[in-house]
Order: sequence, then C-alpha cells, then structure tokens
Amino acid sequence: MKALIIWFNTTGSPPNFERYAARWIPIWFVLAFVCLLIGTAGGLFMVPADSKQGEIFRIIYIHVPAAWMSLFVFIVMAAQAFIALVWRIKICEILTIACAHIGLMFTAVTLITGSIWGKPTWGAWWTWDPRLTSELVLLFIYLGIIGLYNAIEDRRSAARAAAFLVLIGLINVPIVHFSVTWWNTLHQGETIRIVGESKMATELMWPLIVMTLATKFWFLGSVLQRARTMNLAHEANKDWAKKLAESKQ
Amino acid sequence: MTSNQGALSLFAAQCRRDLRLSLRRRGDIAQPILFAIMVITLFTLATSAEPKKLAELAPGIIWVAILLSSLLSLDAIYRSDFEDGSLEQMLMSPAPLALLIGARILVHWLSAVMPLVVLTPLFAQMLFLPSDLLAPLMISLLVGTPLISLVGAVIAALTVGIRHSGMLLALLALPLYVPILVFGAGAVVAASQGFAWLGAISLLGAGLVIAIVLAPVAAAAAIKISLT
Repeated sequence: MKALIIWFNTTGSPPNFERYAARWIPIWFVLAFVCLLIGTAGGLFMVPADSKQGEIFRIIYIHVPAAWMSLFVFIVMAAQAFIALVWRIKICEILTIACAHIGLMFTAVTLITGSIWGKPTWGAWWTWDPRLTSELVLLFIYLGIIGLYNAIEDRRSAARAAAFLVLIGLINVPIVHFSVTWWNTLHQGETIRIVGESKMATELMWPLIVMTLATKFWFLGSVLQRARTMNLAHEANKDWAKKLAESKQ
Repeated sequence: MTSNQGALSLFAAQCRRDLRLSLRRRGDIAQPILFAIMVITLFTLATSAEPKKLAELAPGIIWVAILLSSLLSLDAIYRSDFEDGSLEQMLMSPAPLALLIGARILVHWLSAVMPLVVLTPLFAQMLFLPSDLLAPLMISLLVGTPLISLVGAVIAALTVGIRHSGMLLALLALPLYVPILVFGAGAVVAASQGFAWLGAISLLGAGLVIAIVLAPVAAAAAIKISLT
C-alpha cells in the first residue's frame, strides 16, 4: 500500500505530470484526428442511408459517442475526485476540474445534436423524454461543479469542494435517471426511443465504433492539455516551472 | 461525550439552543410562509384563475412553492454560526460534528419548512385541490421536505465560505432535488389519476432513511473542506 502511495505521489507530482503530459498530448490528438477523419468519412459518405430515417440518421455518429462520453467522463471524474479527497493528490484535483469542462462540452454536444436530429424526425426540438431530461440534469450538475470551483478563491479548497460535489453527483445521476423514467412511464404509454445499438444494422456499425474511439482519444488529449495548462498556472512560482519557461524562450 | 446518553443530551442541548435562537427571531419564521403564499398567488395570476385548471396544476405548484421557499432558507442553516465563529468552535469541539450539524438540520426543518407543511391545507384551498388529494399531498410533503432539508444542508455546507452564495446554492441544489420533486409531486398526480401512489412515497421514505444517516456526516465533511 505504501509503495502504491509513493508511486502515485511521484508520478503525480507537478513536474512529472508536465513531462508526461507534454509527451502524450500530441499522440492522443493525432490518434483522435485520424479516427475522426475515418469515422466522419465512413459515417457521411460510405455507409448507406437508413431505410426508415434516410440521411438524417447520420448525426448519430456524433450524437451517440458524445452521449456515451458524457457519462464516461463523469465516472472518470468521480474516480479522480475520490483520489483527490482521500489522498490529497494535487494533480487529481486539477484533473477533476479538467474532466468537468470536457464532460460539460460532451453533454452539450449530445443535447444539441439530439435536438437537431429531433426536429425533423420527431417534429420537435425537445420532448420531456426520460433520457433527455436526465441528460439535461447531468448538464446542470456539470455546470454546478464548475460554478462551485470558480466561486471559491483558494484554488485547492475550491477543487476539494468541487470534488466533493462530484461524489454527491455520482450518487445522484442514477437516481435522477431512474426517477425520471418512473415519472414518464406513469404519464405516457409510448416513448420514442433513440436508435439503440442492438437494433442497428451491422453495416452501419463500424463508423460508430471508430467515432467512439475518436471521442475517447479526444478526451484523453484535451483533458491532459487542460490539466497541463492549469498545472503550469498553479505552479508558476516554482523553480521547475520557471526553468521550463526559460528553456522555451 | 462518548457514551450514548452523552451524545443524546448533547443533541438535545444543541436543538434547544438553535430552537431558542430561531424563536427569538419570529420574523424569520414568517418569511418562508409569506414567500410560498406569494409564489402561489403569482402562479394563479400568471396561468389562470379557473378552478378546474388550477386544481390540475395544484400538486405541482404547491410542491414547487415549498421547494423554492425552503431553498431560500437553506443559507441560514450555517450563515449566522459561520459569521460569529460558532461553527469553528463546533469544528474544534470534541463532540462529533455530524451530531451537531444533525441538530441544526432538524431545527431548520422545524422552523423553516414544517410551518409550510402545516399550512398546506390552506394552499390546497387556494388552488382548489380536490379534498381527497389532500392526504396524499400532506404525506408526500411530510416525507419529502425533511429530505429537502437534509440534501440542502450538504450543499449549503459546501458554499458556507462563499460570500454571496444564494444563487450558486440554488444552482447546485436544484438538480439534486429533481428526484424528490418527481416522486413527491408524482405521488399526488398518480393519486389524482386513480393509480397506486404509496410506492413513490415508500421510495421517498427509503431516501429519507438513507439521508438521515448519511447527510449529517456528509455535511460535516463538507464543512471541514470549506472551512480549512
């Protein structure tokens, strides 16, 4: 256990993180761009149009990966928040906040692309479907985490307070989803379902898998980039950061 | 203070102190009630004065009015204790902080939220709620509003060090209130449509039991984070 904590602290120390991030960020972004290119080309031009929905269905190649990421990022963020609160590792506090910003954007992309798809398909920009409502609440929770972080002066206690809120949110997200589902099944008999993975034709699947990989790589790249910037800003007065700045000039 | 009896008498002493403090400021007790009445009045002015339509909307309006009103009083749970330094004394005292916070939450519910529940028959009359729905509404409020106080106390503990935290507090707490509102107001709506409504109340009750155990501990942890 002690060895593990020491390993955490040495790899997670700000100068080491800087070196690690500088090495890996370009790699993740290159992988993300390659996957994005292949996935977009495949989704837009190569696969045939859906038999029922026509061309409009192609938006799911952005929508579905983004929706998966909105929850995936929350889980990664909660893991970081837990480590930050229990072992007080500085870099995990930074990563928690960085995750919150990326997760917020993925949630927003999910909601926006969903609306664009919903207008021609359902005839409305928005319905109070359980999935939509719980995704909207997820957006509010992400916003609340960032808002709390920005409202507290001291960066470290702000990050710790935000991390605590992340853990409360982690308990709440499944409850919200469950409660809204319950609430709606009471009211309306038929709910319109977004095309599920299982119901999808196999020849339409592969761009979706590539795009899912792309969003994962994109998340890794951008979360490290954001955390790297925050890390440097927090450590600006330390010797190693000054030396790094001098060596770059 | 380690024995059970010591903890109980400590809890009682803290409750007495907080209750006395809130009874000394009677105006503060009247404010949430006036606020809820005004929200209900505004709803009737903004939507329609037709009894049939109002009766349909009544459970939702009453739930939202009470939720908003107790949201506004959340900040008061710690504010004065934080400003005069009592909160730091509680933090340093050998007594478990969660117990003291638990007493504060109980008093907040008794002084700021329970009067609203007691006045719910009046609100129901204002909105022409059918009389057979009053019992589901009262029960859902009795189980749901302590949950509002408990969850809100955790969030308020996170924002205790922030000077103008009112709006932020609302933005943080409201997403967490979604399930409470859905089950609370949902139970009344279910009752109005002739469905079984006790299931939702049972879920609220389960949530309440969990929150009674966990929320004071979580609030104490949050206070330690925001005061250090």
